[in-house]
Amino acid sequence: MMGVLKSLIWRDVRQSYSSGGTWLPVIFYLSVATLFPFAVGPDRDLLFQTGGGILWIAALLATLLPLDRLVQPDLDNGLYDQLLVRGITDELIAFARLISHWLAFGPPLLFAALLASGLMGLEGPPLVTLLASLAIATPALAGLAVMIAALTAGLKGAGALGGLLLVPLAIPLLIFGAGSLADQSGSALLFLSAVSLLLVAITPFAAGAALKAVRE
Amino acid sequence: MNEGASTKMRDQASDSLRAQTLSCVRGDKLLFRDLNFALAPGQAGLVTGSNGVGKSSLLRLIAGLLEPFSGSIHKPAATALCDDRMALDENLSLQHALRFWARLDGQSENDCTAAIAAAGMDHLAEVPIRYFSTGQRQRARLARTFLSHANLWLLDEPANGLDKASVILLGQTLQTHLDRGGMILAASHIALPITFDLNLELATIEQLETPL
Repeated sequence: MMGVLKSLIWRDVRQSYSSGGTWLPVIFYLSVATLFPFAVGPDRDLLFQTGGGILWIAALLATLLPLDRLVQPDLDNGLYDQLLVRGITDELIAFARLISHWLAFGPPLLFAALLASGLMGLEGPPLVTLLASLAIATPALAGLAVMIAALTAGLKGAGALGGLLLVPLAIPLLIFGAGSLADQSGSALLFLSAVSLLLVAITPFAAGAALKAVRE
Repeated sequence: MNEGASTKMRDQASDSLRAQTLSCVRGDKLLFRDLNFALAPGQAGLVTGSNGVGKSSLLRLIAGLLEPFSGSIHKPAATALCDDRMALDENLSLQHALRFWARLDGQSENDCTAAIAAAGMDHLAEVPIRYFSTGQRQRARLARTFLSHANLWLLDEPANGLDKASVILLGQTLQTHLDRGGMILAASHIALPITFDLNLELATIEQLETPL
């Protein structure tokens, strides 16, 4: 089973890095960070105050970009059917997708956040908190993306629907994640970790059930 | 249903394919009902019937991709399905794309090369799959199936888009598989050059009028 998992993850990661799809959220993220100072003006204090929040919202929106590439192409291609014929379960497929998507999404996003925070004038402890909160949240964001992609697979207008589904589901992440920037006690980060763990834990089962339903 | 098959089967019960009182419902439609058949190692079965009668559904049912409405299926541990979808990375060469399945199925690089040769695609092994024609894509699907080394091959229209020479080559590979003790269940409109031990003819079932 570990061998299967490794093959699946390696295939997906290689595919997303070689297709360039990985860099789309990064470019989007950096564009938002570049545009924001143009929109609100170059006031250093204002940017410092609001920058973290904006970078958090940009991370949520960046989650939406790869939605249509996560499940649909492999489903259309018959890849999942072939895996199932070999006795690999929907849950394992979803779990592999979660890990491979995080590998292609999390680290580049953190890298982009580091660059973008420079544009916002974030530095010192707030920057560390922002990066820590994003690092904790990216697995959950990847999980949400996989769940939503599996749920909307095969539907018309899946992209728009995906956006609508993500917003309410991502609220706890945003509250605790962006909240951690102003929170000195560190409890917001703990809450964020709890939410993140929960989302990661249900992803294989929720996305697996969605894959099962789509086959019927 | 098939007496000869069932006697032989007792010897190698674990390696045989056996369907009992199998029924399939798709949507609101009953496709087939109380289907009984068996294939012993070395036997081939042909599923026939008009379009939409449930041939592909039967193969997907046996592959485990659909749940039977009723009845049971007993099948060997490893099954390979060849349907109308590639399940190969379009951007990779055939050799490279097959490597993914070879790893999953525990096959070696040489098995990949052998499967490509069996599909008559040696000269195309290094060509990216997205450049393949219809017939070549079908042969790539077949190569993926040959590679699996599963006992039971489920083939959905395996000769679709193939030229005459390729059909003959396919027949040879299928025969080799049967001689090795493999089993084949195929749905095909094009005559395949092997002898079938079992012919399953699916017929449209009169749908019961449901009272409103």
